[in-house]
Amino acid sequence: MPGPDLIVRNVRWQDELVSLWISQGVVQRLASPDEPSADGEQLHGEGMLLLPGLIDAHVHLREPGFEYKEDIASGLEAAARGGFSTVLAMANTKPVNDTAAVTALMRDRATRAHPYGPRLHPVGALTKGLAGQELAPLVELAEAGCVAFSNDGMPVANPDLFRRAMEYASDMGLVVIDHCEDPFLAEGTSMNEGRVSGLLGLKGQPVVAESMQVARDILLAEYLGLPIHLAHISCRQSVELIRWAKDRGVQVTAETCPHYLLWTEELLRGYNTLAKVNPPLRTNEDVLALRQAVREGVIDMLATDHAPHAAHEKEVPMDEAPNGISGLDTALSLSWSLVREGVLSLQDLITRWTVGPATRFSLPVNRFLPGDPADFILFNPDLEWTVTPESLHSKGKNTPCLGQTLPGRVVTHGIAGKVLFHNASAA
Amino acid sequence: MLWPHKDLLCISQLKTAEILHVFEMARRFAEINTRPVKKVPILKGKSVILFFVEPSTRTKTSFDIAGKRLSADTYSLAASSSSLRKGENLKDSALTLQAMHPDALVLRHQQSGASEFLAQRLSCSVINAGDGWHAHPTQALLDGFSLSEAWGDDMSGKTVLIVGDIAHSRVARSDVLLFTALGAQVRLCAPRTLLPAGVRQWPVEIFSNLAEACRGVDAVICLRLQLERQKAGLLPDLREYARTYGLGAGHLNRANPGVLVMHPGPMNRGVEIDAALADAENSLILDQVSAGVATRMALLFLFLTRKDASDSGDGPSGRSESHQPHPPLLQED
Repeated sequence: MPGPDLIVRNVRWQDELVSLWISQGVVQRLASPDEPSADGEQLHGEGMLLLPGLIDAHVHLREPGFEYKEDIASGLEAAARGGFSTVLAMANTKPVNDTAAVTALMRDRATRAHPYGPRLHPVGALTKGLAGQELAPLVELAEAGCVAFSNDGMPVANPDLFRRAMEYASDMGLVVIDHCEDPFLAEGTSMNEGRVSGLLGLKGQPVVAESMQVARDILLAEYLGLPIHLAHISCRQSVELIRWAKDRGVQVTAETCPHYLLWTEELLRGYNTLAKVNPPLRTNEDVLALRQAVREGVIDMLATDHAPHAAHEKEVPMDEAPNGISGLDTALSLSWSLVREGVLSLQDLITRWTVGPATRFSLPVNRFLPGDPADFILFNPDLEWTVTPESLHSKGKNTPCLGQTLPGRVVTHGIAGKVLFHNASAA
Repeated sequence: MLWPHKDLLCISQLKTAEILHVFEMARRFAEINTRPVKKVPILKGKSVILFFVEPSTRTKTSFDIAGKRLSADTYSLAASSSSLRKGENLKDSALTLQAMHPDALVLRHQQSGASEFLAQRLSCSVINAGDGWHAHPTQALLDGFSLSEAWGDDMSGKTVLIVGDIAHSRVARSDVLLFTALGAQVRLCAPRTLLPAGVRQWPVEIFSNLAEACRGVDAVICLRLQLERQKAGLLPDLREYARTYGLGAGHLNRANPGVLVMHPGPMNRGVEIDAALADAENSLILDQVSAGVATRMALLFLFLTRKDASDSGDGPSGRSESHQPHPPLLQED
């Protein structure tokens, strides 16, 4: 066996102090921290938490077409700093990612900007132009490198077309990701429908706009015997439907985002456009149901739904503001706050950010077993940082966290055994 | 009274004593409107921009007259004649106007929260003349002033019914806050499709039957029905709406003696209110219009003569308290 190329020494993994031995881009083994080795570069991570590189199954990187909001280089930089070794990028670019050429462009830009990672896996459009009328060329997109298909942002209202998309995608062994939203119930809405929307005089989106589509997708998945992945689940009713479906053996997986686990519609008071997101922030009851679902694994994974926007786009009255929160930089700290509060265990956190998405989208994942891809982060759980526009690596500064102090920060990030950065001063 | 507010955005920001202070001022200013020469110089040298992005006739005219009667210079601007039409955003348009150093900006906008949005960004006073479905505080104050002229300031024991399109009504939201603050009981009556989300948690009684709702009330405020609500699928047709929710004489027979009828205008006669009722003796509809001028004079006076926050060293938030003397009302220009 060749000696290690890199040894990450004295890091905490599952309550033990270990050293991570890496060889040729993969985990060689976890060793005792003081086990000597004549080979390999040494990286000292005294006291840091060792975590596998995270996978974000839902980001919007805006390139091509909206590079002023984000481009692939800046988006992947934010991913790297946030601890994400792999991201899945949605198709609502301009032009839409509904041709192999766009898929190829996205992959090429990613490799050129960040040759050592984070890895970008495009998600192809489900329908041409995301128009919800005709299937996109899914085979061509898969061959070009798309790992899933979705009309995210422009949900498919037509259940027959959606059924055909699920069937067609299944021929390639790929899954459809649905943004569950009834477009009629959601039309023209700016926030959750409820007490706060009534007081603010804003048109609200009822929870059934989401849960009705969740029910549709579950019933279709069961009928067809095919898998379905439900994006950014935001409400209790959806959770209950997913739990019911899983109990019946339906091949359904789901994700939610840190913002749905932490914040409610109350954040919209004062017409805070930074908290405008789709699906909207819901009620405390929904937050509690989602937290329980993440703990129990009813929600399989966490994702950021990273949606960067330019400052001037959010600095408008509520109805005009685009939906979205910039999430890559802050996601791990926000979800770590849930661990600190005892809402999630450390194992929950790791599983939902790694094993969950890796399993669903057939991606490699680091479980620190020999031969696993050596994607890892060192995380300082005690370091607190204040979110300022300058502290965010994404071009999108649109987060309700601005001005808040968050716990924990990524100190080191290695992908396939290559250290992308090591911030010794933060260790 | 110390007037602590830089902006007028929503009735919820006002304490009851402040609402009553506006009424007291309005009473003083109302007298000016009956003089042969309806002008006093107390706001001479002050400038007010009337920025009505959403079209308006009565509110804009009311503010215009109110400002001019106090000798303020008023400048009207509509969306159609502003740079908004050329694609400029609201923030830049407003900052451009502020650079001309007005003392107040009166904003009417079709989007809820637009006034708050500008108030956070402008150093001059922002007065909300109606923002989307959210708030119309000056309308509520003039409604309250109209009723206080009839009933006095203490409205405990009185019941006010608001009937019509509550969901899309900034007037209803502001009236509920104002009348509740003054001690009145408030009832709402509308089909379920025209009630806002969360209304069951408001401090009001809710009815779907107008006859039931009218029993024992002291005032009825009819709201204008926007005709496009039918196209939006919120009601089947105007005839059915008028039959079910249009206020008629029969309804008022169930109300308390001396019941007063109000409408913020513009009215659809025969839809939300029987034509004869609008002109009846117990109709306050035109009194509301007169009260609107007096109330807005009071408000302009309070906001334009408050001690500037920067003078007090309290910074741009404008949260410092300031003092207005009573206006020299008797001095004619």
